[in-house]
Amino acid sequence: MTDSIHGIVFNIQRFAIHDGPGIRTTVFFKGCPLRCWWCHNPESHKILPEKFDGCNLRRGFDQSFTMNKDEVGKEISADELMIEIVKDRLFFEESGGGVTFSGGEPLMQSEFLTVLLKECKSLGIHSAVDTSGFTSEDILNQVAPNVDLFLFDLKLMNDDVHEKYTGVSNQIILKNLIELDQLGKRIIIRIPIVPEITDTNENLFAIRGFISYLNNVIEVNLLPYHRAGEGKYQRYKKENRMNDTVTSDKKNLENIRQFFSELKCKVKIGG
Amino acid sequence: MNERIKKLREESLNSEEKISIERARLLTEFYSSGLADQCSVPVARAKAFKYILEHKELYLGEDELIVGERGPLPKATPTYPELCTHSLEDFNILNNREKISFKVDEETKKYQFEEVMPFWNGRSMRDRILNEMDEQWKDAYSAGVFTEFMEQRAPGHTVLDDKIYRMGMKDFKEKIKASIDSLDFYNDPQALSKREELNAMDIAANALISFAKRYSLKLYEVAQNENNQNRKVELETIAGICDRVPENAPKTFWEALQYYWFVHLGVITELNTWDSFNPGRLDQHLYPFYKRDIDSGLLDKEGAKTLLQAFWIKFNNQPAPPKVGITSKESNTYTDFCLINVGGLNEKGEDAVNELTYLILDVIEEMRLLQPSSMVQISKKNPDQLVKRALYIIKTGYGQPSLFNTDAIIQEMLRQGKSIVDARNGGASGCVETGAFGKESYILTGYFNLTKILEITLNNGLDPQTGKQIGLQTGDPKSFETFEELIEAYEKQINYFADIKIKGNVIIERLYAEYLPAPFMSLLIDDCITKGIDYNNGGARYNSSYIQGVGIGTTTDSLTSLKYNVFDKKKFTMEEFLFALSKNFEGFDELKSMLSNETPKYGNDNDYADEVLKSVFEIYFSAIDGRPNTKGGHFRINLLPTTSHVYFGSVTGATPDGRLAGLPVSEGISPVQGADVNGPTAVLKSAAKIDHLRTGGTLLNQKFSPQIFEGEESINKIVSLIRSYFKMDGHHIQFNVVDAETLREAQKHPENYRDLIVRVAGYSDYFVDLTPELQEEIIRRTEQMSY
Repeated sequence: MTDSIHGIVFNIQRFAIHDGPGIRTTVFFKGCPLRCWWCHNPESHKILPEKFDGCNLRRGFDQSFTMNKDEVGKEISADELMIEIVKDRLFFEESGGGVTFSGGEPLMQSEFLTVLLKECKSLGIHSAVDTSGFTSEDILNQVAPNVDLFLFDLKLMNDDVHEKYTGVSNQIILKNLIELDQLGKRIIIRIPIVPEITDTNENLFAIRGFISYLNNVIEVNLLPYHRAGEGKYQRYKKENRMNDTVTSDKKNLENIRQFFSELKCKVKIGG
Repeated sequence: MNERIKKLREESLNSEEKISIERARLLTEFYSSGLADQCSVPVARAKAFKYILEHKELYLGEDELIVGERGPLPKATPTYPELCTHSLEDFNILNNREKISFKVDEETKKYQFEEVMPFWNGRSMRDRILNEMDEQWKDAYSAGVFTEFMEQRAPGHTVLDDKIYRMGMKDFKEKIKASIDSLDFYNDPQALSKREELNAMDIAANALISFAKRYSLKLYEVAQNENNQNRKVELETIAGICDRVPENAPKTFWEALQYYWFVHLGVITELNTWDSFNPGRLDQHLYPFYKRDIDSGLLDKEGAKTLLQAFWIKFNNQPAPPKVGITSKESNTYTDFCLINVGGLNEKGEDAVNELTYLILDVIEEMRLLQPSSMVQISKKNPDQLVKRALYIIKTGYGQPSLFNTDAIIQEMLRQGKSIVDARNGGASGCVETGAFGKESYILTGYFNLTKILEITLNNGLDPQTGKQIGLQTGDPKSFETFEELIEAYEKQINYFADIKIKGNVIIERLYAEYLPAPFMSLLIDDCITKGIDYNNGGARYNSSYIQGVGIGTTTDSLTSLKYNVFDKKKFTMEEFLFALSKNFEGFDELKSMLSNETPKYGNDNDYADEVLKSVFEIYFSAIDGRPNTKGGHFRINLLPTTSHVYFGSVTGATPDGRLAGLPVSEGISPVQGADVNGPTAVLKSAAKIDHLRTGGTLLNQKFSPQIFEGEESINKIVSLIRSYFKMDGHHIQFNVVDAETLREAQKHPENYRDLIVRVAGYSDYFVDLTPELQEEIIRRTEQMSY
């Protein structure tokens, strides 16, 4: 293993059961090029470790590996991270699970990610990458061969609206999605259902239409917006622009699920 | 659930627990009549048993399908004065205590005072035991270093196999006769005592037959006056059943259940055995009857279910005989730990799951009763469907069934020297205890407070709660330069107290063998008849004596904390640490925060802490495992607490893991409440670092909020979680699926939550019946769920 390469992650969650098939360990990479209004991991935005107020962050890190009370994010070597990942190998194998690299945007630390993906491949650990798709073609091509499954976020199809709510254009994202599809990668599309932003008829029609042209989408997940991130905005002193938005009601979600079920893949609410 | 069962169930739920003087009266009548003086101890015991069954009142409830009660009424609970003679003060406590009370009427008190106490005081087993125990034992016992199971309840802890479904009492009598005939008075110095024991067993077999015949007559009588034609036919049918069984081997499903029930009543009338007794692998035993009756059209599935439900209600009518004093603290509950097993393997090692397995699970789900408790044995050969079915019941939050690893249980028994067939026919009983059903006496003898002994070690043998020197002087810990010195001192103290406990145990074993043989129980457990030796004297094929370690999580975290903060990182000196402990951490906020946030802890798949866990396990294991008991068997360990972790915590001061004085210690092998922060896979991996196969059972509690069981995909993932733990040889896992909010509500309005059953530790109990401390502990556990 290469022990020189380091990356910055802000959480490792074992027994993650909503980030792909089976029992998984989800590694949250720090740093994201998008600024989605509804983001529930605002601590993932900046790539470097950062201080925050108070210390009531859940001690999600393994105790042996970090103890920083007032800082989020930690520099970690690929070797160290692999030790954490391998710990639940038995559970992965039993459940058909594996590791999910999420974030933040894992492709922002593509070299680090590639080392990890290759290591997982050599150990036979199933890997998934949870991405916004906002990355260069080069990076995509560098990473894709070692990924077993992409969890690909599709948020808004109208480019102007996309830019308004995420801070970036969706052109490159859509192009990358088509690219992955053509490479034959298995893809789960994840759509955040944010009331009055992404759940408009127009947007959902456009998303469904787009997906229907893809060949390798095995599943569509509808992720209901929830307010779990609210406290974090205060803690990290970041502006929360979602003040009054509430979670979609169950009936609405079910209607949306019905709407997507015309696609030839599995559709479910939640990850 | 049909109307009849609904009604019977309601009646059972609404019956009041009370003390019945009936058994004490009959027993005292018999022994004071002089009849007992003319015969050997086992024969006298058997005759007393017969006298009780011949004279006790016969209860017959309206619409009952399975008949027979231990007391004159459902939940009328007898006492066992030959074992523990209650004082009037004990009765008042039972009557008045808020939790697990038993009503005692004036007449009962009067009889107790005038007849029972004068006769039994000084003769009861409890008196004999307390007379025999030395000062060291008494000091350790009253300090809360260990408890003693046998001072209020008799050795039991065993489960029946399939023999009663093949043999009637008549056949047992034949076997007894053959054994008597083969006695060799010329060469066997024990021949006479064997003959007495065998005669006693024969009397006990007759007693059960005549008890059933009394029921048969009564049922015919009642049938004659019954106007409802359907019920009349039913009564006559049951009368016929009671005439046939237990004298003869059962022929139908109904007969099999009624036969077992008579046997059950026999066992719990003879003595108040711990973990009362239970039919064990019920789906295996009953399946041939079920199949035959269904095929012949005698029974349909609904009918079988109704009979099973009627059978279930019978268990619920028998509260655990009341305990007082420390014994009530270690397991204060109405439940009598009948743990019915389903699933697992057959004796050839094949998947044993059948249609009846699932039908019984349906019964468990519908009945939602405190008793009997239930568990599912899961072998790698059993289908996932079985695990899922169990999870769908667990997810309703009722705490049953618990899940066991058949493959581990079998290996545990093989290590102890049992045959593969006996191992496969066995299972777990009580909370989590491994046993060869029908062939083993596996006696739990008391809880052992691993954490208290650490406290004593840290005080150089002194108990800081009383200031009394009760342990060895193993050195002032301030003088220890390495962690190894501390571990060495701890090991010496563990060995010292294990010796005291074992000395007490072997004496108590002999007292039971001598004064309280159990000829009826001996009929049922191989090889008592062929050996001519009583169950309480080593007659069983296998004889294991267990001491149950408690607080391994707290102890591990405490030792880890000292290793990390004092010896490795040198953040504090031992002196500072001990001072903080003596002050219960008051004014030591920084230290306390460091202990909770920056010190490695068991339950996180962190080798630093888990290596300490392994050392503690080895020390405890080596102190006990393999030492001979007096019955030809050995002492073994298991790791389970019932409710003793609360009691043990209450007598133990602040501990180096940051636990405050008096709070509960960790239960079973579960991590300290709130210490595990890396999720369930980390907990399971940590827990699997204990060598489960060298124990006779470990108990792991896992708390989930109900949400995690939503959807089939989630259920599948939990199946994998369980399978993974079992792949790592984990022995048992149980789930508490309830949210903290509901529990808070139940605390505020207990009247609305009378039926809320939660998983405590190895068993379930009504939440409202738990002590406030235990309620708080369960809420704490539940609130800490991050998943």
